[in-house]
Amino acid sequence: MENAIEVSGLSKAYGGRKAVDGLSFRVPRGTVFGLLGANGAGKSTTIDCMLGTKRMDAGRVRILGMDPVRERRALFERVGVQFQEGDYPGGICVGELCEETACLYRHAKDWRALLAQFGIGGKEKRIVKSLSGGERQRLFIVLALIPGPEAVFLDELTTGLDARARRDVWAALEALKAQGMTLLLTSHFMDEVEALCDRICILKNGVPVFQGTVEEAKAQCGCARFEDAYLTLSEEGEKHT
Amino acid sequence: MKRFLILLKNEGRLSLRDMNMPIFALAMPLVILAILGMLYGRTEAATGAAYTFLEQSFGAVCAVSMCAGGLMGLPMVVSDYRERKILKRFRVTPMSPGLLLAVEVAMYMLYCAASLVLCAVAAVCFWGVRLPAHPAAFLGSWLLTMASTLSIGMLVGGVAKDSRQAGVIASILYFPMLVFSGTTVPLEVMPEAMRALMRLFPLTQGIGLMKRTFLGLQAQALLPVCVMLAVTAVCAGLSVRFFRWE
Repeated sequence: MENAIEVSGLSKAYGGRKAVDGLSFRVPRGTVFGLLGANGAGKSTTIDCMLGTKRMDAGRVRILGMDPVRERRALFERVGVQFQEGDYPGGICVGELCEETACLYRHAKDWRALLAQFGIGGKEKRIVKSLSGGERQRLFIVLALIPGPEAVFLDELTTGLDARARRDVWAALEALKAQGMTLLLTSHFMDEVEALCDRICILKNGVPVFQGTVEEAKAQCGCARFEDAYLTLSEEGEKHT
Repeated sequence: MKRFLILLKNEGRLSLRDMNMPIFALAMPLVILAILGMLYGRTEAATGAAYTFLEQSFGAVCAVSMCAGGLMGLPMVVSDYRERKILKRFRVTPMSPGLLLAVEVAMYMLYCAASLVLCAVAAVCFWGVRLPAHPAAFLGSWLLTMASTLSIGMLVGGVAKDSRQAGVIASILYFPMLVFSGTTVPLEVMPEAMRALMRLFPLTQGIGLMKRTFLGLQAQALLPVCVMLAVTAVCAGLSVRFFRWE
């Protein structure tokens, strides 16, 4: 199967401290890849380097076969991104932010339909700042989906959402995946990872300590619950040092 | 073109909601004009001069909105977007630095144009200011002065590290230019030594040219036109080339 995302040997250091060290992975088209790890394990740095918003020290990244730095504008016609710390001009309302985002793309989706699909339809006139945390989170997922992307990056997908909203977001993403969209996400919720991800990579201090499926992770650790397997893998070795 | 207009519309709305620019680019030039009008009324600029003091100062009043937009508004907005990671979000879309800066420049040009119209109407209605016999020459110099002032703003906004740095640079540019380049205090009332110093500011060149074209005087246009064209080309080019997303 063709790969939507290919990363090889990605390394990035901040002033001598290695944030990501020699990370390689592939994400086949139409699959969901989860990048996991504790805070500070290197997830956001990895995403930043992959998208070209940070310069990597070494390595090679191809998204949809394109170089995210040299072919930035062509690539981001077809890739959607939701950053953890996504911000917006103060005083802007939902409809304006969507319209402004949509106008940047040649083949933008109908953002009103997307808002409705994510349960925030009819709030076009609301000031973004006045939305609840969960509504805002869903708005930023909508923004990432406006280009009608072939691949989507979602950093901390459902942080701040209630149980119902999380399930709704999962269902929407499952539907998009069924249409062939590729997803790369980070999350701190292992039930979410288990429900959505085809393959995962667990980072620890910038180094991958596990790559494979959720089932493989459970089998490797002899754990019945994935969360236990995740904790075992991401904390491995710590008792000995 | 459609995306340009949508972005311009949204940025314009945000700017109007924020109220900074309506005050500094629209109200302030009018207030300055009114103060000069009340002080000098229809008195001639000098004994025997063919024009009034207010006619002589009109070009300088026009520059107030250019300073507000180019030296404060534009750099502050762009660096605020940078600091708040809004530019980072734009970076992972097909947005280009040129488009973003062009939208901001267009918005501040609209403010300057609105200010020009407001001031001209007020000056004609209340203080009998006569509009230039050759409006094209005046509009040309107005356009050049505006373009060069806004391009300085593009450069500061495009490359400043954060909004604090942009704020410091903006203040360093804005206040001296406002006070010393003949924008608020007419060049004519300054002592000779101060006038010599003021001629070093690029804005002074533009205001001088606007003044002469407004009054229909003989203008030595070559130097100011070249200076302003060069400033515009260099600053606009550098701001796009060295644009900082983060």
